[in-house]
Amino acid sequence: MGKILEIKNLTKEFKEFTAVKDVSFFVEEGGFFSILGPSGCGKTTLLRMISGFIKESSGEILIKGESMSGIPPEKRPVNIVFQSLALFPMMNVRENVAFGLKRQKLSKQEVDERVKDMLGRVSLHGFEKKKVTELSGGQRQRVAIARSLVMKPSILLLDEPLGALDRKLREHMKIELKLLQKEIGTTFIYITHDQSEALVMSDKVAVMNKGRFEQIDTPRNLYKNPKTAFVAGFVGESNRFELTDYSDHKLTTENGWKVEKPNLDFTPKVLYIRPEALIIEPTDDIADLFKFEVVIKTILFDGSNTKVSAIVTSSKDELLISLPQNAKFEDLKEGDKVQVGVNYNDLKCYKE
Amino acid sequence: MEDKKSFNITFYLLILPVLLWLIVLIVLPHIDLFISSFQVDGDNGKVFSFDNYTTFFKNKIYWLTFINTAAYAIGITLLAFVVTFPVAFYLTKVVSRKYASFLSLLLLIPLWIGELVTVYGWMIILGDHGVINESLIYFGIIDKPIHMLYTNISMSIGLLYISMLFMVIPIMTTLESLDDSLIEAASDLGASKWTIFRRIIIPYSMPGITSGGIIVFMLVIGDYVAPDILGGKSSLWFTEQIYNEFLSTFNWGEGAAFGFLLLMISSSIIWAALRISGQKLERVGS
Repeated sequence: MGKILEIKNLTKEFKEFTAVKDVSFFVEEGGFFSILGPSGCGKTTLLRMISGFIKESSGEILIKGESMSGIPPEKRPVNIVFQSLALFPMMNVRENVAFGLKRQKLSKQEVDERVKDMLGRVSLHGFEKKKVTELSGGQRQRVAIARSLVMKPSILLLDEPLGALDRKLREHMKIELKLLQKEIGTTFIYITHDQSEALVMSDKVAVMNKGRFEQIDTPRNLYKNPKTAFVAGFVGESNRFELTDYSDHKLTTENGWKVEKPNLDFTPKVLYIRPEALIIEPTDDIADLFKFEVVIKTILFDGSNTKVSAIVTSSKDELLISLPQNAKFEDLKEGDKVQVGVNYNDLKCYKE
Repeated sequence: MEDKKSFNITFYLLILPVLLWLIVLIVLPHIDLFISSFQVDGDNGKVFSFDNYTTFFKNKIYWLTFINTAAYAIGITLLAFVVTFPVAFYLTKVVSRKYASFLSLLLLIPLWIGELVTVYGWMIILGDHGVINESLIYFGIIDKPIHMLYTNISMSIGLLYISMLFMVIPIMTTLESLDDSLIEAASDLGASKWTIFRRIIIPYSMPGITSGGIIVFMLVIGDYVAPDILGGKSSLWFTEQIYNEFLSTFNWGEGAAFGFLLLMISSSIIWAALRISGQKLERVGS
C-alpha cells in the first residue's frame, strides 16, 4: 500500500509560540491513523494544516504524492468531520449530505443515488427528510461522517468527533467507526486526546506532545514499549518513580529502592511500572522479580478493570496495582499487607 | 395560601403602572380614533359612515401616495439590508472581539443624537451649499451645485440612515450564534465564497434579517420627520397626508381612517412578505 499522505518537516509558528515543530510522518492508504495528545499539543493545528485552513510556516504536505502548498481547502481531496460536527441546521439530513455533491455540478440523479447509498452505509436509511436538530447525538455523528464520506475523499480527517457524546454512546461509536472505516476503506486520520479511542480504533497511533511526535507505532507497541517517558505516562496508566542513580546494573530510586536492571546504555532519570506489571503475592518460582511490601489503601472497583491503590511500606509511595481477573484476591481489603513483585523487563526507564 | 395571595397583590401593584400606561395612553386613544374613523359630520352632529375609508380608494392621489410610500419603504428596507449586512458580518466574524464591542458602540452614536438632529445634519451635507457640493466645486469636478436636497434621493438617504441601525443589530445577534465551523465545513465540502454566503450565511441569519426588515419597514413607512424635512414639497409620503388631515384640514375622522389604513396595509405587506419568504413570525428574532 502506498503513502496517501506524507508530511515533511512541517512547522507552524504563531506569534507567541510554535504549535507544530518539524513534524514528519506518512500515512498508508486505507489505514486508520490517530494523532493522540493532550489538549494544546498542536494536533488540531496539524489537522487544520492538512485540510488547508491554516497555512504552514515551513515544510510540505503531500497527498497522493502531490504538494498541497497553495491549494485552498475546497480544492483538497480531504474532508473533515468537525469537533462540533458543524451540521447545517437549516437543512435536513439529505440536504446536508448532498451539499458537497451539489457543488460538483453532478446530475440530480447521481446526487440522489450517492446520498441514498451513503445514508444506507451509516444506517440512516429513511432519515432523509428529518431535520438535523431532531436527531440524537449518535445520528448527528453519522450524518456528519456521511456528509464527508459521500465526497469520496482520499483522506477523512476527524477532529475529536466523539468528544461531545456520553460514555456509553462513545464506546459504541468507537466500534462502529472502526468497522465503517474497514468497510469503506477510506484513509482515516483521527485526532483525539482520549487514548482509549486511539488505541481501540487505530492501525497506527502518533503520540504528540508540545508540537512534536513522540512516537508513531501500532497501539500494541505503543502500550508495551513506550519510547519516551511522555508516552509511558500518557498512554495507559503507570506508576512513576524518580531515579537518583544507576550503577552496577542497579537503579536507585528516590524512595531508596535498589532495583536490578541490567544492560542500560544510558543513565535513566525516571522509572515507569504499569499497574498490571505488579504481581500480588508472587510465588517463589518466578524468576527475576523485584519484591517489596505494600499496604492496601483503597479498592477501586471497576469490574474487570479493578485496581487497588496501595502504599509502599518502606517509603510511603502510593501506587496502583491491577487485580488479576481470576478473583484470587477478591477478599483483599483495606489495611492488608501484601507482597508485590515486578519483573525486571517490566521496569521502563527513561532519560526524560 | 396566604403567601400566594400576598404575591398576587404585589404582582398587581407592580403591573399597575404598565397597565395604566398601556390603557390610558395607547389603547383608549386608539379606540377613540377607531370610532372617529367611522364618523363624518352629518346634519345633527356626527353620524356613522364608511366615507372616510372609501375616500382613500376613490381619490387617486391618496392611494397613489400610499403605493409610493410603501414602494419606498420596501426599497429602503432592502437597501438597509444590503448596506448593513457586510457591516454586521465584519463586526461579528472578521474583527477581533476586543474591538467589536467598541465598534458596535460607535454604530449606536446616531441614536444618541435623535432623529431630528440627524436629519438636519443631512441637510448640511446635502444642501446646495452643503459639504458635498462645496467640496466638488472646490476640486473643480463640477461648476454648479447638484441639486440633492428636497428630492426623493435625499429623503431616502435620511430614512436609510435613521433606520439601518435597527437592521444591523438583529442581524449581528443571529450572526454571533453562527458557528464558524459551519463556514469551514461548507468550504471543506467544496463551496465557493459566494455559495457559502448564499447557502449558509444568509439562510442562517434569515430570522435576524426578517426581524430587522420588519422593524425598518415599519419605521420607514410610519416616519414623518425625514420625508417632511429632506423630501420637501415634492415628496409624496402617506404620513404627511395623515398630518395634513389632522392639522391642516382638521378632518380628524379622515386622518384617523388613514392612520388605520396605514396600520392595516403595512401589516398585510409584512404578512405577505413573511409568507413569500417562508418565514414564521414565531421564529423571527430567535
